[in-house]
Amino acid sequence: MQEAMKARAKELLADGSVNRVAGWKIGEFSYDITPAIFETAEEIDRDFVYDDFCGANLSKYLISQSRKEGKILVFLKPCDSYSFAQLLKEHRIIRENVYIIGIECYGKADINKIREKGIDGVLGIKESGSSFVIDSIYGEATVPKMDVYAERCLVCKSKKHAVYDELIGEEGDVVPSSRFDKVAELEAMTPDERFEFWRGELSRCIRCNACRNVCPACSCENCVFDNPNSGIANKAAADSFEENMFHIIRAFHVAGRCTDCGECSRVCPQNIPLHLLNRKFIKDINEFYGEYQAGENPDEKAPLTNFTFDDCEPSIVYKRGGNQ
Amino acid sequence: MQVNDNKDFQPTIVAFCCNWCSYAGADLSGTNRLQYPANVKIIRIPCSCRLNPIFILRAFQRGADGVILCGCHPGDCHYTTGNYYARRRMSLLFSMLDYLGIEKERTRVEWVSAAEGAKFAATMNEFVDAVTKLGRNHRLEDLRCKKQ
Repeated sequence: MQEAMKARAKELLADGSVNRVAGWKIGEFSYDITPAIFETAEEIDRDFVYDDFCGANLSKYLISQSRKEGKILVFLKPCDSYSFAQLLKEHRIIRENVYIIGIECYGKADINKIREKGIDGVLGIKESGSSFVIDSIYGEATVPKMDVYAERCLVCKSKKHAVYDELIGEEGDVVPSSRFDKVAELEAMTPDERFEFWRGELSRCIRCNACRNVCPACSCENCVFDNPNSGIANKAAADSFEENMFHIIRAFHVAGRCTDCGECSRVCPQNIPLHLLNRKFIKDINEFYGEYQAGENPDEKAPLTNFTFDDCEPSIVYKRGGNQ
Repeated sequence: MQVNDNKDFQPTIVAFCCNWCSYAGADLSGTNRLQYPANVKIIRIPCSCRLNPIFILRAFQRGADGVILCGCHPGDCHYTTGNYYARRRMSLLFSMLDYLGIEKERTRVEWVSAAEGAKFAATMNEFVDAVTKLGRNHRLEDLRCKKQ
């Protein structure tokens, strides 16, 4: 896979159809894969990687990259392509300047789950049938794929690309997903239990803003959280109110546009399950206003920019959910 | 006046009222001398869809125990469709507050037209009662904003 991608990228660079390539390279550690822009074949040969740690979604970088001179080649996994399609729908990306190669994806590994298995000093990862062979400074270890797949991959919603120009690998299909199970589980708790659960999670927040910065839907040039008059700009949350406010508003601002790519939870240094907030909005939208998958249909209006005359009243919230 | 179980606790209620219907409705309930508790602090907004979700959270931060949004009845919006958007936003926001374990009875949306002074007073009486029963807002408070 990696070699095929490298070869195709170099081919497109050589014939001049693109002048940059967006891909991944090794960051500080070999499991810490970072998005990168490559401009020459030498750079691609040296740095380009594609392995089972390449979870990063490249779509958001195209907002700025597609405004630069020339054309850029980008590799998108199925879930990344939904984010791309959503940004396209919002006119944030100049489509003519982007050449998309869709790549197949069967799930990415989560370094935290690997560490939980007691494997440290990770140097690399290889696929072998239904397991990953993880190379570490202490030797090789084999773990079943299912044990170390990221949560978002275990509940993958689609192996089909929303948009692409050409494909490497095989195109999959939209798959049934159990991604709302955890949300339903929380909804079934009592309000006190839910409050305790979220206090436990959100109180760990250090307001690094990584969830906001990585989110392909969160792409305002001026963010409400950077407003110096808001009192909450660029600082750690001072108390539980600010933690709640930041996370409610962050999730609300992407409601109806979040494709559930799961990047927010991936980058969270405190491992807060932020996707559960986004999924709550997606689940509610599906229940209140009909099934909607952001990024899927370019002509469909987003749920919060649309309405029908017989929408449910907000009082519906009092009648549903949770034990009293 | 209301008969409250807890005589000491006086909730602070923030009512966001749309300029064209509910604010006039509140006015009408005043000219009709209908009584509603003084706990309700009205903030006038141009349309119910002007209500940014942050406003609700900010109101809680600054000491509100309940927040109610009043707007024109769906179909009667001065700007034709504003309240339809507000309706969707508030449904999702209230559901999210509930999901975080914040009492859902603290937030409410009520459609009050300019002719419904009686409904405005009745709604406020009922809402103040409901929030008084819930007691002080502890789950979305900001201790720095509390009066000692």
